[in-house]
Amino acid sequence: MANKPSAPSQAPVQKIDEATGTKTVGHEWDGIEELDTPMPRWWLWTFYLCILFSAVYVVLYPAWPLVEKGTEGVLGWSSRGQLAEEISVADQARTTVNEQLARIPIERLPEDGTLMQQAVAGGRAAFLVNCVQCHGSGAAGSMASSSLAKGYPNLNDDDWLWGGDLKAIEYTLTHGIRQQGDDMTRFSQMPPFNGVFDDAQIEGLVDHVLALTGQAKPSAVGAQLYTDNCAQCHGEAGLGNRVQGAPNLADAIWLYGGTRAEVKRQILAPRNGMMPKWNGRLDPVTIKMLAAYVHSLGGGEDFVEVAKNVAVEVDEQP
Amino acid sequence: MNNPDRSWADLAKDSPPENLFEKRKQVHPQRIDGNFRRFKWLVMLVTLAIYYITPWLRWDRGPYAPDQAVLVDLANRRFYMFGIEIWPHEFYFVAGLLIMAGIGLFLVTSAVGRAWCGYACPQTVWTNLFQHVDRFVDGDRNARMRLDKAPWGAGKVARRSFKWAIYLFISFWTGGAWVMYFADAPTLTVDFWTGNAALVAYITVAILTLTTFILGGFMREQVCIYMCPWPRIQSAMLDEKSLLVTYKDWRGEPRGSVKKAAKASDEFGDCIDCNQCVAVCPTGIDIREGPQIGCITCGLCIDACDRVMNEVGRPRGLIDYATLEDCEREAAGEEPRPVWKTMLRPRTLIYSAIWGGIGLALLFALGTRAHTELSAAADRNPPFMLMSDGSVRNAFTLKIRNMESRPRSFTIAIDGLDQAVMWSGTVPRDEAARMLEVAVAADQTQAIRAYIAAPAGSAAQDFAFTVTSADEQAETDRSEVRFVVPGEAE
Repeated sequence: MANKPSAPSQAPVQKIDEATGTKTVGHEWDGIEELDTPMPRWWLWTFYLCILFSAVYVVLYPAWPLVEKGTEGVLGWSSRGQLAEEISVADQARTTVNEQLARIPIERLPEDGTLMQQAVAGGRAAFLVNCVQCHGSGAAGSMASSSLAKGYPNLNDDDWLWGGDLKAIEYTLTHGIRQQGDDMTRFSQMPPFNGVFDDAQIEGLVDHVLALTGQAKPSAVGAQLYTDNCAQCHGEAGLGNRVQGAPNLADAIWLYGGTRAEVKRQILAPRNGMMPKWNGRLDPVTIKMLAAYVHSLGGGEDFVEVAKNVAVEVDEQP
Repeated sequence: MNNPDRSWADLAKDSPPENLFEKRKQVHPQRIDGNFRRFKWLVMLVTLAIYYITPWLRWDRGPYAPDQAVLVDLANRRFYMFGIEIWPHEFYFVAGLLIMAGIGLFLVTSAVGRAWCGYACPQTVWTNLFQHVDRFVDGDRNARMRLDKAPWGAGKVARRSFKWAIYLFISFWTGGAWVMYFADAPTLTVDFWTGNAALVAYITVAILTLTTFILGGFMREQVCIYMCPWPRIQSAMLDEKSLLVTYKDWRGEPRGSVKKAAKASDEFGDCIDCNQCVAVCPTGIDIREGPQIGCITCGLCIDACDRVMNEVGRPRGLIDYATLEDCEREAAGEEPRPVWKTMLRPRTLIYSAIWGGIGLALLFALGTRAHTELSAAADRNPPFMLMSDGSVRNAFTLKIRNMESRPRSFTIAIDGLDQAVMWSGTVPRDEAARMLEVAVAADQTQAIRAYIAAPAGSAAQDFAFTVTSADEQAETDRSEVRFVVPGEAE
């Protein structure tokens, strides 16, 4: 160094400490002095050992940043590589479960409690990636938030448009609802009645529908119109028909809202919700896991044999 | 008083650089016999026996729990100690024990100085063991010093290799005993030697073998002087009433050999300057320089000095356990205070009271803790669910803790929310009732999802889940939750 180090405020004067016979460092702070005790030599060796260690480390592992990328080290280790390795180990561990899931028909899944648990766990993960956009992270559909547009079904409750057992859920997931380009998709269409009835008739019909849940006085006009136009799909008692995805009108759950205005609007200009098919986008095992998860949310039904011909003819009524 | 002509650079010129570091002076303690040496042997044997034998003790806990008396089961997160089993959420027992250990150290230090350092510290115990190996292989102090100075020849290489092999053997058993606390000892031993033990077991044994070999075989007193924080903390714990190993300089000084003293007996003190106290010291210090950081107060110099005093016919206790206060009294010709008075002073009594208080509180907590626990957490997304019949459903995750080492059955019931019924993932809704039976495996926590449904129009309200063990103990616990309905949760 060219510059002379700045002098300390007080000239250091080294003394010999009386009690220990050791030299002091020569500085005094309010009467306190520090002994200049030599360090043990092995301390120095430890320091050299650390330098040696770092030299070996620099050769073995990624160390020096260069222009394009850092040195790679002769071991070829990288944290990314380690992650990839760990993922592949985890994948291999999952292979067994995936193979079992691929083999087992979904209706027999509940018999294997462990496999069912694994399916539900996998399904939860897949749900959070693929389904929450419409159904919400809690799978509560439109109910999750008042800001959400109505019409996204709640998957936690016990009301199912197309069936709530494992097999029915898997089918819905595979082929979707009203999915264009899939011949086996679940399909039905409620016709619009705008302009078909006059106002009094519409009011009567709304009365009749609301009366099914005791929310309005029964209307004779409405009852007649209902029998002629609606009972075919929704049933005489309004209990709906899962074969056609016709909602139950006699329960407490309204997909598009249960107020008078909302019911009226649905009769005049019905909305027909659409769900994409996941066949081709997700593998069958993931779809199976999703079905297991949705089934586990609290409304899942026991498996009962459903009609073989799930897809129904399109209602051609105008 | 600035002196610009004198700088640090000048200072560096004054102090030669070889003073920066100092070679360790090898300590070769001489064999000695006496009360403190025997006490040290005893403590060493007892502590080593506890360390090596404990993992092999068995304790019958029935078919569902391990039968190892002391086991830290990290994989299953259980800690077993004879009749006591600690779960992770009860870790405050361990914290309490650690606090007791800390306070206990304060108590011992303020009463009898660094007794922990002198007798019971693992570093002391293993150093003691390794020094005995030195003595066994190389002979006593003088022989070892000769061998140290001797040039490296076939004989020295052979002796050193043999000694270090014994070091390594002891170190290996030290590391090997440690892992036994973390798994079933007989099984682990077989697995270890057949190559089937977990990798972490081998790594732990290797690391502990290495540290024991280095710290016990070579570092020894360097650990106490340079690495351990306790010698530094102890200076704050000691006071003028703490018992310390003390050289009574008013009695010993000026030093003079027996011959000199025979000529002029009133010119010399009792110390004959035989250097025995230095020769036997395991940390290589001279106690006659007064209390110092290197003194672990093991009392071996007392043994050495007492023996010499006996031989030359002078009263024992030239080096002795004494308090600073007593030293002053004795030097002034007064009688020292009785030891019990020194021990029983407010400071030690307060430490004892805190120590005992924590101990009693822990024992009380241990004796009264329940072995059944319930915690209920409400689903928050969605918080409630409208069912097709108009009723409202809330879902809860119930965790039932069975802390007994046997499978038990529990009854979960709803307390409050009069019209509500409950079902679960395993009990279908048409069998919903006010109660649920849940079987929980031995020593496990079982989580179930419970659905509570209240009829349409029910108001939001608080209620509780209760759990009762279906055995003669009938232990109960409850967890308060709230039932929410549409409109309220917004």
